[in-house]
Amino acid sequence: MSAAPATPPPASADSTGAGGLDLLLVPPRARTGWRVLPARVAAMCVVELQKLRHDRTELYTRAIQPALWLLIFGETFTRIKLIPSDGIPYLDYLAPGIIAQSTMFIAIFYGIQIIWERDSGVLTKLLVTPTPRAALVTGKAFAAGVKAMIQAVVVMVIAALLGVSMTWNPLRLAGVIVAVLLGSAFFSCLSVTIAGIVLTRDRLMGIGQAITMPLFFASNALYPTTAMPAWLQYVSAVNPLSYQVDALRGLLLGVPSHLPLDFAVLFAATAIGITAASVLLGRLAR
Amino acid sequence: MRDGTPTTGDAVTCTGLRYSFGQTRAVDGVDLTVTAGEVFGLLGPNGAGKTTAIRCVTTLLPVPSGMVRVFGHDAATEKMAVRRLLGYVPQQLSADASLTGRENVSLFARVFDVPRRERAGRVGQALEAVGLADAADRMAGTYSGGMVRRLELAQALVSAPRLLMLDEPTIGLDPIARTSVWEHIMAVRAATGMTVLVTTHYMDEAEQYCDRVALMHKGRVRALGTPERLIADLRERRGDGSVPTLEDVFRDVAGSGLDEEGGEFRDVRRTRNTASRVG
Ligand SMILES: Nc1ncnc2c1ncn2[C@@H]1O[C@H](COP(=O)(O)OP(=O)(O)O)[C@@H](O)[C@H]1O
Ligand SMILES: [Mg+2]
Repeated sequence: MSAAPATPPPASADSTGAGGLDLLLVPPRARTGWRVLPARVAAMCVVELQKLRHDRTELYTRAIQPALWLLIFGETFTRIKLIPSDGIPYLDYLAPGIIAQSTMFIAIFYGIQIIWERDSGVLTKLLVTPTPRAALVTGKAFAAGVKAMIQAVVVMVIAALLGVSMTWNPLRLAGVIVAVLLGSAFFSCLSVTIAGIVLTRDRLMGIGQAITMPLFFASNALYPTTAMPAWLQYVSAVNPLSYQVDALRGLLLGVPSHLPLDFAVLFAATAIGITAASVLLGRLAR
Repeated sequence: MRDGTPTTGDAVTCTGLRYSFGQTRAVDGVDLTVTAGEVFGLLGPNGAGKTTAIRCVTTLLPVPSGMVRVFGHDAATEKMAVRRLLGYVPQQLSADASLTGRENVSLFARVFDVPRRERAGRVGQALEAVGLADAADRMAGTYSGGMVRRLELAQALVSAPRLLMLDEPTIGLDPIARTSVWEHIMAVRAATGMTVLVTTHYMDEAEQYCDRVALMHKGRVRALGTPERLIADLRERRGDGSVPTLEDVFRDVAGSGLDEEGGEFRDVRRTRNTASRVG
């Protein structure tokens, strides 16, 4: 980045020659082993942050829906006391559910971005870099988590403004971050997996829209599983969203929860998601 | 220029390269060798199989082991080693419009493991090498077609590849942008000594810039050599004293019916898509 003549000199006598290509003659030393994965995850997250810095409209528009859920649904049902909520105000009970729901909505459509990157050649080129498929998928999954984290903070601020009292214990907040990242990683991998099967943006959009609401309603985000009919309880028991909500509730509100089980399920689901998405990513490239 | 590591003198070796999409035999038994340091052109009309062949070399399409080697590394079994040697610019415009030029190049510096303290310097040099230093902090979405191509060249250069693979680098560009893209390719090549494998269906470009060319038609290589040699051979065969062009050579080896068969609908549509995106 120095002021230099437009055309590079054919041979640079001094290695520091301004405007030369001296740095481009030697390939960088390859990272190997375990170092590759964190480096790729960081690279993908940096890109996601850069994009958000250039265009923040998505952040604002994404805040509307969860705000409405808390403001209208939450306030109303707090007043009419129809839903059992473990002895805390319903709005408090609902807030972690909305954090999980709104971050899931972002993640479930992440595959659309992947298909767009496929169509535009961005993905093609990333697949020709020294990045194993699994590292690329993991990187993308956590890049989706960057958006989800920001969304979670926004929802928490809205909830706090509405008078929900949440924890400020840093350890518990760290747990919240992990739960949000894992949930988002799982759902974005689910999305990429579906993208790898259906291959087009329109179909993925349709499937995404078809499954988000069922995933949301068949979870404990809005009401406790004990209030569900038996068949729905079974669905909820295999829905990772329920475990994420349970963890968030336990961490943020201090209500009884099953943290070890929740995190075990979230880790396992993420691992399975990354594996499935890595296998199917190749189909997108063909 | 080349780091003294002992490798074979060949940048790319394809042995009986084949690839089919269902019933379509896109590449149908191609043997060719790209020598280190040369500019090698893969020529042919739309649908000839150039892109498919390139994608087999880049490890994007799976090939059996032994078919493709890049500087001695097998594209089937040593994917990571092959990718580290490659700088690849696909046929579609592949820069991210929602990032700046510099951010686009930085991403590739990161995924090729350029250490942090070298990153800014390398990225700056790559952008300068393609004449984009002044536009580096603008969004790539505001670039012209020629600038996007040069940005992609910078993305490919930042990892100091030994083999630059360019798929139709000038497709859809106006003549001035075409010349500019080629001049930057040739300047970089002169400064770094890297091998260049390029596909194009513009015969005039190939004649002007390529050391050797392979003429591809329907998945097969129909002729291979320096443009001068191929032209001289045809001139001899014709024996009427007229000076043929590379295009005449192509018509000669591909046989008649080129006009009717040159590319199916989808091939033409793809080409147009790329061209209109370049706009
Ligand atoms: N993804 C694909 N699916 C099915 N057929 C394809 C695909 N890509 C290319 N083809 C077919 O393979 C043949 C060669 O295409 P391609 O390699 O793109 O040619 P070129 O790059 O020379 O224009 C064409 O007949 C094309 O229709
Ligand atoms: Mg092509």
